Amino acid sequence: MSGLPPYASTGQRVWYYSFRVICGLIFFFLIAPIMVIIPLSFNAEDFFTFTPEMLSLQPEGFSTKHYEDFFTNSDWQLALRNSLKIAPVATLLSVTLGTLAAIGLSQSHVPFRRAIMATLISPMIVPLIISATGMYFFYSNPYIPTPFGKIELPFTLTGTYWGVVLAHAALGIPFVIITVTATLVGFDRSLTRAAANMGAGPVRTFFKIQMPLILPGVVSGGLFAFITSFDEVVVVLFVGSAGQKTLPWQMFTGLREQISPTILAVATLLIAISIVLLFVLEVLRRRSERLRGMSPG
Amino acid sequence: MAEQMLAADGRPLKASLNRALRRQKIRALMLIAPLLIFILVSFVMPIADMLLRSIQNQIVGDTLPRTVVELADWDRAAGTEPDAVVFEALARDLAVAVEQKAHTRLGSRLNYELTGVSSLFRKTGRGVDEIGETVQDALEEAVPAFEERAAFGVMLGSPDWLAEIAAWREAGSDGRPPTFAPSGPMQEALPDTAALYQSFADLAVASEDDPLEERPWPIFYHVFAQEAQGIAFPENITAEAAALFVDGQRALDGAALDDPKALFIDIDDDWADPEVWQTIQTFSPDYTNGYFLNSVDLLKGPDGVEVRPEDEQIYITLFVRTMIMSMTIMGMCVLLGYPIAWLLANLPARTANLLMILVLLPFWTSLLVRTSAWKVLLQQQGVINDILVGIGIVADGNRLELINNQTGTIIAMTHILLPFMILPLYSVMKTIPPSYLRAAKSLGATDWTAFWRVYFPQSVPGIGAGCILVFILSIGYYITPEIVGGTKGVFISNRIAYHISSSLNWGLAAALGTILLAVVMILYWLYDRIVGIDNVKLGG
Repeated sequence: MSGLPPYASTGQRVWYYSFRVICGLIFFFLIAPIMVIIPLSFNAEDFFTFTPEMLSLQPEGFSTKHYEDFFTNSDWQLALRNSLKIAPVATLLSVTLGTLAAIGLSQSHVPFRRAIMATLISPMIVPLIISATGMYFFYSNPYIPTPFGKIELPFTLTGTYWGVVLAHAALGIPFVIITVTATLVGFDRSLTRAAANMGAGPVRTFFKIQMPLILPGVVSGGLFAFITSFDEVVVVLFVGSAGQKTLPWQMFTGLREQISPTILAVATLLIAISIVLLFVLEVLRRRSERLRGMSPG
Repeated sequence: MAEQMLAADGRPLKASLNRALRRQKIRALMLIAPLLIFILVSFVMPIADMLLRSIQNQIVGDTLPRTVVELADWDRAAGTEPDAVVFEALARDLAVAVEQKAHTRLGSRLNYELTGVSSLFRKTGRGVDEIGETVQDALEEAVPAFEERAAFGVMLGSPDWLAEIAAWREAGSDGRPPTFAPSGPMQEALPDTAALYQSFADLAVASEDDPLEERPWPIFYHVFAQEAQGIAFPENITAEAAALFVDGQRALDGAALDDPKALFIDIDDDWADPEVWQTIQTFSPDYTNGYFLNSVDLLKGPDGVEVRPEDEQIYITLFVRTMIMSMTIMGMCVLLGYPIAWLLANLPARTANLLMILVLLPFWTSLLVRTSAWKVLLQQQGVINDILVGIGIVADGNRLELINNQTGTIIAMTHILLPFMILPLYSVMKTIPPSYLRAAKSLGATDWTAFWRVYFPQSVPGIGAGCILVFILSIGYYITPEIVGGTKGVFISNRIAYHISSSLNWGLAAALGTILLAVVMILYWLYDRIVGIDNVKLGG
């Protein structure tokens, strides 16, 4: 669909342009709500709407006071710190375990591959409210039930930092599995064989040959896992306690109860983070395609 | 017979290959095992635990063990309250339950089935310790030894236990006292009294108190008086125990006993109401389908399963609403996503990649950010209403209600889930060669025919994948409906959350969750059949 042919009829011309207008409107629908947040976050008033001063672009209509509130308010700062403490650890857990498992899954003979895959992907599919409910009940047990009897634990996980980290790691795993297995599909096995042939042990082969090649997949899986944890609110609401209040949790209570425009400032900062993430992922995707000998998109 | 092929090490080649294959399988499984165990413990087992909770009902049998046994023979259809035997059992059970503070929990559990039971149990809990006081007074007057708090412990405990307690006291009464063990002959002679004393002593032990220093429960005297009448003197007991037993038995011979039945009905005449007893009887088994019946607007009535009264029917409506709204959102996503995917798949790569950013940015933006954006836009004093009023389409006093109803949920969730429709559609459309359309047109098809008969059928797998994905994500949504849905625009998830954090009816929450999970699992299975789990693509 590159341009209209010169012989196009009037009807075709009309359709061609109206289709573009429709698509333009849908793109507007996709992007406008996010963009509206940004100017509103500089509102000098405590309103959620454009003031007349803002519309006439007078400088007194704008201020950074909501940002100042975010950076000085202890509630928001605690939430930010909690988010930054939870997400990286959860990501590290899911990336380590997920990459190993993805390598195992991409071997040629794996018994029950389909069932294992379905189990590992399920945290992405099961509604969060159900995962949250299950974890809320289960993590409050001071034991792990097994077919051979209960393994007693000296602690319970509900309301603790580690409980939230474990829950978030579980939620991030499907993303790591999906991205890393996708990278491994294009992986040339003769490379590892060549390395082994030249006398490298399995560990050395992994770190010197396989890891650099699948790294883009691992990193983008890690980014997915990170953003899953960083964004997650349902599970942390149930499994966590006030001490683990994260940024999305603070935003959620803010939206539900006392609606403060500081939320818009936080939202703008989060949008900036997503733009950075998007950029990094695009770079990674191109690098991965180049490494695998495909032409960059 | 052909000679076997041998490998270099002299083994048969077939065996050698099999061994290599087995080694490979084990190596693959070893790599997967850590994650699989992690997911099983941190995710699958919690879900299984929740599924179990939807049928578990041990609380009635655990709290009222004796009553449940006696009540099994009660004829529920007779329309009268049970015999005095059942009330005797209830008196014993409640005496223990009140001390464990378990009766209020049982009350709230049964209150889900019959309104008013919660307050009945709470009220009864305050009066139940009157049972036995008559006998207690009589016994203490006749045998001063029973005024000692240790009397029952000395009479019932085994000599070993009494020795251990003495040693524990000697050592400074630190930590947990030794666990109570009744003396054999006494347990045989006074089984109920011994069992009650066991519960009493266990409670004391758990809170690190000396059982012999605790005030005995009045119910001991009541049960002792009943059991001691007319039985032979138990052999092989300590002299102290024998003295207490003989004196007690003599003093209590023909003594007036409290009537638990009269007392209970005096505390609250609901105890004479057969409906209360029917509820207890119905929910006495360890497992129940009651929560599931409740989640489809049925209830366990006196004569089997019946439909709930009209004003209590909410869940079927809620399930249907969740389904219809998810379908609507799915339909909107197809409607808006199809043109975009088509445009992206047919534009030159450079332009398409640029426009793709407009799809991926919302995809990567925090859910809370997008939800707050819609809250800002859709409010009565929000941006959309302001614009509409500003250009004069809507009068100021007549602003549109776009939020806290179904419209709000549908608009916001369509926006949030649209990328999940566009991405699978796009990846399918990318694989449809544009030459097919050109071929159709050169064979004389109109633009519409060429699209509808040639292009569209090839894009159906993408629609299928996108629809299932959007539908699965949509029916389980919680955050967005909670914030923009008000009361009319909420999903079943919001009800589950309500039962967990506010009404504390966990069994019902688990049953609703199980039904929701079953729907999602069927769709997941379908998705796996149609698309394949391995083919899930993220971010284009």
